[in-house]
Amino acid sequence: MAAHGTAERQGMTNSMLGFILFLASEVMFFGGLFAAYFIARADAPSWPPEELLSAQQIAEGVKLELEVLLPAISTGILVLSSVTVQWAVWQIQKGNQSGMLWGLFISLALGIVFLTAQLYDYTQLHFLADDTIYGTTFYTLTGFHGAHVAAGALFIAVVAIRGLGGQFTAENHEAVEAASMYWHFVDVVWIALFTVLYIIK
Amino acid sequence: MASVAVPQLSGYQRPAVLDWIMTVDHKKLGILYLYFTLFFFAVGGILALLVRTQLAVADNSFVGNDAYNQIFTMHASAMLFLFIIPVWAGFGNYLVPLQIGAADMAFPRINALSFWMLPPAGLLMFAGFIVDGGAADGGWTAYSPLAQQTGVGMDMWIIAVIVLGMSSTIGAANFLVTMFRMRAPGMTMFRMPIFCWTMLVTALLQLLATPVLAAALVMLFIDRNYGGQFFDPNGGGNVVLWQNVFWFYSHPAVYIMILPGMGIVSEILPVFSRKPLFGYKAFVFATIGIGGLGFSVWAHHMFTTGSVLLPFFGFMTFMIGVPTGVKIFNWLGTLWGGSISFPTPMLFALGFVSMFLIGGINGTYSAAVPVDFALHDTYFVVAHIHYVLFGGSVFAVFGGLYYWFPKIWGRKLNERLGKLHFVLMFVGFNVAFFPMHMLGLDGMPRRIAVYADSAGWEALNMLSTGGAFLIAVSMIPFLIAVVMAFMRPKDQPDDPWEANTLEWATTSPPPDYNFDSLPPVRSERPLFDARHSNGEGH
Repeated sequence: MAAHGTAERQGMTNSMLGFILFLASEVMFFGGLFAAYFIARADAPSWPPEELLSAQQIAEGVKLELEVLLPAISTGILVLSSVTVQWAVWQIQKGNQSGMLWGLFISLALGIVFLTAQLYDYTQLHFLADDTIYGTTFYTLTGFHGAHVAAGALFIAVVAIRGLGGQFTAENHEAVEAASMYWHFVDVVWIALFTVLYIIK
Repeated sequence: MASVAVPQLSGYQRPAVLDWIMTVDHKKLGILYLYFTLFFFAVGGILALLVRTQLAVADNSFVGNDAYNQIFTMHASAMLFLFIIPVWAGFGNYLVPLQIGAADMAFPRINALSFWMLPPAGLLMFAGFIVDGGAADGGWTAYSPLAQQTGVGMDMWIIAVIVLGMSSTIGAANFLVTMFRMRAPGMTMFRMPIFCWTMLVTALLQLLATPVLAAALVMLFIDRNYGGQFFDPNGGGNVVLWQNVFWFYSHPAVYIMILPGMGIVSEILPVFSRKPLFGYKAFVFATIGIGGLGFSVWAHHMFTTGSVLLPFFGFMTFMIGVPTGVKIFNWLGTLWGGSISFPTPMLFALGFVSMFLIGGINGTYSAAVPVDFALHDTYFVVAHIHYVLFGGSVFAVFGGLYYWFPKIWGRKLNERLGKLHFVLMFVGFNVAFFPMHMLGLDGMPRRIAVYADSAGWEALNMLSTGGAFLIAVSMIPFLIAVVMAFMRPKDQPDDPWEANTLEWATTSPPPDYNFDSLPPVRSERPLFDARHSNGEGH
């Protein structure tokens, strides 16, 4: 019966196309936050805007400074996790289920390490979200990114548990590819964040 | 094309209420969208009547200033976020799969999720009226610092709008995949019904613009609740930043609110002119052009802030009049030389074309930077927005309801009552909103609760209020027609209007999964082809 819409045409599946469109909307969400950051930074007479701190804030020990070492290591960990999650995809494409599971669980572990390092890093900073636009943009951008890492980790965990049940094969592993794509997206956002927040002076 | 006997479910049937709550059928969800949005159209309309009552006479004290701020804010919020934007999702849900010859949307369960995010969001937004400090009262534009200074109702409003935006975004992805991937054999992109094309461009705008609004609202929420400094110059923030991110969404959003209405009108005009749409491809490219240009004109809402590049945004705003003008010629060319009849849907479509034209002209007029400086935040702008969103979108909503009522509910709305509805609404609309042009030119600012007797604005305001109540009265024949229709049996044939598109190739209302078989699709008017080919393909 050819009467109904042909649900599956050649090429990408409906779910994959839908997922890519969803990622496009995520890009626009971060685009809005990044735009706010760039406008704030362009408006500021200096960056970090130390001169905006009140005497009281300085007396309380507020310092608009970031340590670059730990986030740099975290960046390496997240990039590595992107490699391992892609490796998981390649393994399942060859039908290697245990290889895929190793890739997924290692990526999950690396993601959790990244999140833990970020939370630790928060405790070491001498400013909060209400300490000038610098603090507000820093915590908003990294916070929303962290939330996306957590969501991505959850996504990978779900896919990994489904993988333990043997749900994926060389032909049928869309969820693995979607999780990997989401993880790459989160990784790319972090690289952009790390560059503008920590590197560009 | 063999048809297959579908085995019918027998035995246990879910209770009807559960069936509506648990359904993933695009037609039922479309109907739910329509009920939900028309309910909020009524709520927003009642709020509008309160606004007009307050403004009817000078020095009025019918509602207090604080209540007035809440009322006009919630009027706009209900009409934009809970009526116009989701009502197109309602029409789209019902019609897009039918028009492209599909059995359902690409993701039926996500479709149900999109709908079921709306009622809690609407409830949350309106629950503001019962909390301390009242509902959101910073205007639907929620400008900072005003939006920082109001009560918890504002936070509820922010969360509600974020949720509504999420619903709209995932709905958009669903529509796009449906139209890209689920079309019937033979239906190329350039044979898609024009309503589908307008939904496609609308969905692209929703997908790419709505998340930016979410980002803006998140920033506002952080500023309000966690000491953020995004919009506070004391901490290095920038109040104009809000306007930039807000309008980056909200200007494309006005095309989200009007494009599907244009699509509906472009379905109705050819059917009752007995001609194909004049310049189908030009219309498609004009729609895409409006969508694209829509992203480059947001700052024309901000000319008077002094921090935007006036020549660029002025020029781009004029440019957007070009594809819009193309569409006016599409519609006129369709009518030209046609064998025109005037049933109710056609009247509303013609009402749309004429009223939207006025809204387009007074919009382009305000695009001139020096003119805008004089007219900014006056009632002239209120007149403009209502000529495009009421004279445009709302006329299209009712045109679409009268046109597709036989398909959706299997019954026709009474023609005489429909014509009475149209005449009352058309007259009431112009009496309500045309005087606002003069009030604006005379300098009456928008959003004021009270004006002095000496301002000399009372006569026109009284006239406008009379028009608003006439619009309310015009809903009475409509409601009577609906009740009368539901008291009669479903008697409509597949194609009562002799229309062109695939939704008329199935029964009224359509069965589950829509079609037993489809006519061949060889043009953008498959039903016209089928009627004039003696049952044979070309």
